[in-house]
Amino acid sequence: MKPSTAYSQYHPKWYRTRVSTLWWSRKWSYLKFMLRELSSVFVAFYVVILLLQLHALRGGAEAYLEFQQWLKDPLLVFLNGIGFLFVLFHAVTWFNLTPKAMAVRLRGKRLPDVLVAAPNYAAWLAVSALIVFLLMRQG
Amino acid sequence: MANRSNEPLLWALFSGGGVAAAFLIPILLFLYGLAFPLGWLQPPDYERTLGLVQHPLTRVVLFLLCFLSLFHWAHRFRFTLYDGLQIKHLNPVINLFCYGGAVTGTVAAAYLLWTLP
Repeated sequence: MKPSTAYSQYHPKWYRTRVSTLWWSRKWSYLKFMLRELSSVFVAFYVVILLLQLHALRGGAEAYLEFQQWLKDPLLVFLNGIGFLFVLFHAVTWFNLTPKAMAVRLRGKRLPDVLVAAPNYAAWLAVSALIVFLLMRQG
Repeated sequence: MANRSNEPLLWALFSGGGVAAAFLIPILLFLYGLAFPLGWLQPPDYERTLGLVQHPLTRVVLFLLCFLSLFHWAHRFRFTLYDGLQIKHLNPVINLFCYGGAVTGTVAAAYLLWTLP
């Protein structure tokens, strides 16, 4: 995005209604949009935690134990709790976009949105179960 | 020569990151952020965790998760500031912060995963 470089003397002045900076706070659907966009902050937040975890793993058993202790900090648990709600919101809104992005037709009839989104949820469940299995498996 | 925009590439990364983050982060954040620290579940110990992460496939998946999720954040957060707070005049700074942060995190992820014993 380039800033306008020069002002012409005869440049027309466009009419634009001023939009308040807090335009998204007045209506639930706008607020939902803003919260959805803000979920990205917690996505990045989790990546930072993951990077710290990898760093601790490289540092040896003691460093990893320290990392696990650090995760028990009440402030961090609180932030992770909020973050979890946000990434959940991200996942659900993301999966629900599929039927909006593509209209699947079967014998000339459009499949209902629920059926288009359903495979996402099935795959999500499968991936989550696999991760739990890998991490919790004994021996 | 046509003035090519890199917006499609950034959008593709945003989109890929949206998918990666949606599938992987909720369960990982639930386990490592809540279930393990609060003692609801017993976390895998150091040896097992290292063993899991050392697997080449895990390294690739974790790298893609970091790389794509960070660019997802960069793109979305840039427009959050742009649309939500309407601070267009700070665009160069915001772009540098967002995409610079994403590149830094991606390089860090590559380095950490590559040099893991």
